[in-house]
Amino acid sequence: MTLIGWIQIILYCAIIVALTKPLGWYMTRVFNGERTFLSPVLRPIEAGIYWISGVDEKREQHWLTYTVAMLLFHVGGFLIIYGVMRLQAVLPFNPAGQGAVAEDLSFNTAISFITNTNWQNYGGESTVSYLVQMVGLTHQNFLSAATGIALAVALIRGFSRASVRTVGNFWVDVTRSTLYVLLPICVLYALFLVSQGMPQTLGDYVEATTLEGAKQTIAVGPVASQVAIKMLGTNGGGFFNANAAHPFENPTALSNFVQMLSIFAIGAALTNVFGRMVGNQRQGWAILSVMGVLFVAGVGITYWAEASGTSTLHALSLTGGNMEGKEVRFGIVASSLFAVITTAASCGAVNAMHDSFTALGGMIPLINMQLGEIIIGGVGAGLYGMLLFVVLAIFVAGLMVGRTPEYVGKKIEAREVKMAMLAILVLPLMYLGWTAVGVVYPAAVASMANAGPHGFTEVLYAFTSATGNNGSAFAGLTGNTFFYNLTLASAMFVGRFFMIVPAMAIAGSLAAKKSIPPSAGTFPTTGGLFVGLVVGVILIIGGLTFFPALALGPIVEQLAMNAGQVF
Amino acid sequence: MFREIRPAIVLLLVLTAITGVAYPLAMTGIAGALFPAKAQGSLIEKDGKVVGSALIGQEFKEDKYFHGRPSATVAPDPNDSTKTVSAPYNAANSGGSNLGPTSKALADRLKEDVDKLRSENPNAAVPVDLVTTSASGLDPDISPEAAEFQVPRVAKARNMPQDAVKQIVAANVQGRLFGLLGEPRVNVLALNLALDRAAAR
Repeated sequence: MTLIGWIQIILYCAIIVALTKPLGWYMTRVFNGERTFLSPVLRPIEAGIYWISGVDEKREQHWLTYTVAMLLFHVGGFLIIYGVMRLQAVLPFNPAGQGAVAEDLSFNTAISFITNTNWQNYGGESTVSYLVQMVGLTHQNFLSAATGIALAVALIRGFSRASVRTVGNFWVDVTRSTLYVLLPICVLYALFLVSQGMPQTLGDYVEATTLEGAKQTIAVGPVASQVAIKMLGTNGGGFFNANAAHPFENPTALSNFVQMLSIFAIGAALTNVFGRMVGNQRQGWAILSVMGVLFVAGVGITYWAEASGTSTLHALSLTGGNMEGKEVRFGIVASSLFAVITTAASCGAVNAMHDSFTALGGMIPLINMQLGEIIIGGVGAGLYGMLLFVVLAIFVAGLMVGRTPEYVGKKIEAREVKMAMLAILVLPLMYLGWTAVGVVYPAAVASMANAGPHGFTEVLYAFTSATGNNGSAFAGLTGNTFFYNLTLASAMFVGRFFMIVPAMAIAGSLAAKKSIPPSAGTFPTTGGLFVGLVVGVILIIGGLTFFPALALGPIVEQLAMNAGQVF
Repeated sequence: MFREIRPAIVLLLVLTAITGVAYPLAMTGIAGALFPAKAQGSLIEKDGKVVGSALIGQEFKEDKYFHGRPSATVAPDPNDSTKTVSAPYNAANSGGSNLGPTSKALADRLKEDVDKLRSENPNAAVPVDLVTTSASGLDPDISPEAAEFQVPRVAKARNMPQDAVKQIVAANVQGRLFGLLGEPRVNVLALNLALDRAAAR
């Protein structure tokens, strides 16, 4: 570890904190339907969209209607992606002449993109056409992100409103997220990325003759427009197979730094939106502090582990850390930081190959996802995931002092706690259950690339990433098989929607409750004690759930490595 | 509930048109006008022919050129489409080795490469980036130490004094941005082009 490495990490954290308040202020105005500086341009477009689609923006929805609208929207999104992938061979914008994508792979990819997972069983430049990249993938990058933001805002309204039956209008929230938040940032961001060297063209792949006379086919495409929303919407599905490690998908140290900022920007700002909407910004800062504590601890461990290297490297007197699967322009620190950010948020873009990380360095990304991606988290998803843990923590605190627990003026009762537990428990059921199948079913075992405990970790990582809607991978695992295409799709589907529906039920139930003013017996939820309590609850619930699985994978691998064993 | 069906279809189509068609096409137009060379992929031409991209690494094997990092990219096996064969710096199928820290295959490969480099230049420590594969398999850069390490071989193959080669290397080192972000590095293709130019003079 170096001083300059730590300065980069501190600078990153400082900029995220600085962005939280202004972006939170802007987004609060957007979702309260107030005027913003973009309204003169965007308001007519917005009104036109409502008119043509028959949306009455004044009419609010019950939580159940809101949820059904969201689900209907996703059915359509699924059909579009599946359709263009199956038909890409006969559709335009296919200069590389890619053939139809197989049924199981199209199914997996469609589920992957509507759930904001963006798991890549497809190969990017080697599998899909420009049309699929734009109409199938870029568009769903926007919409799954907009959906996440909308759901988070609906849950926030559950806390901030009192004695009402509605939580907002899904169509309005999704349109405003797209038009006012995601699209304007992406336009500027994509141009910045091109200025750093990222291609944005519909032209053919380039045929080059290298200095030594060999032929090199260089894949290009409309990369920047997709990468902008891929990072900002914490989607993470790459244009290229190597994702943000590909020099075209992340050309410079600056593009890398800005990409890292864009992963966290909206998720962090949503904590401020929460604070503003419930009438006390300190409530938002308290939640951001919980996230910050867990984040910095993770960065420290991964950076230390990667900078320390492996026994194999030490045996050959190779110093400078574990550079296998990392790019020179990012080095150890920017690769480690990126890995922790991308898994803390549910982004899943990678600028280094996690499969080649050291055992402990690769364990932190795994833990981040297993905790439910609540450290900033996916846009929207991170906040509602974290609020579920807050509900539990408040419940635990209430048990300790023997009072009905309250949070931001709402009583937390049996229904909320049951729903929170349902959402939290369904995740380990998916990733532990499928991993158990994956390590004994012969067709699945054949997909492992590495032997020994590392092979187990590959399988555990895949199902954890799918369930958490992350999308990063220990990419040695051959995921494009019938078994993995279907099982990973089921993990992604359950991980997304079995968390959303209980969260929305909580939103509806809270919105209907009266607001009660704080009294002397109210547990304060803006201080260090609250932050410590939530961190503790997260680590205890998480630790009890997945520690045994980690012991079989990264932990035993680290011990084997220290003993100089290879597999 | 039924009145949600119309927005579900129409709004989806409208937003798809905006974000999936209008947005990428508009960005392609604007980027092409503002940054034409970069939007096309930063291609480098020599004598009217494209020799590569400034951002994409390419394979160098000859002694007179600086070599990039090992690349783990593959291509479909021409004899059996279900298998793949090694194809270093395949810029149409990026990817890493994905070998883990306790992989025997990785340990064997590292040992072989380190032994080879030590016999080539026994006087310097082998830089780690020169024997490890990159994440993309297309890393255009090596560390300044990795370039330094290869100077004796390149100088000998070109009959140039080592100091002259070292000067060209030094001129091609890119530092950290603002002295802070990223890592110092040398673009291998740019360095080799500079060497060829120097030799032509």
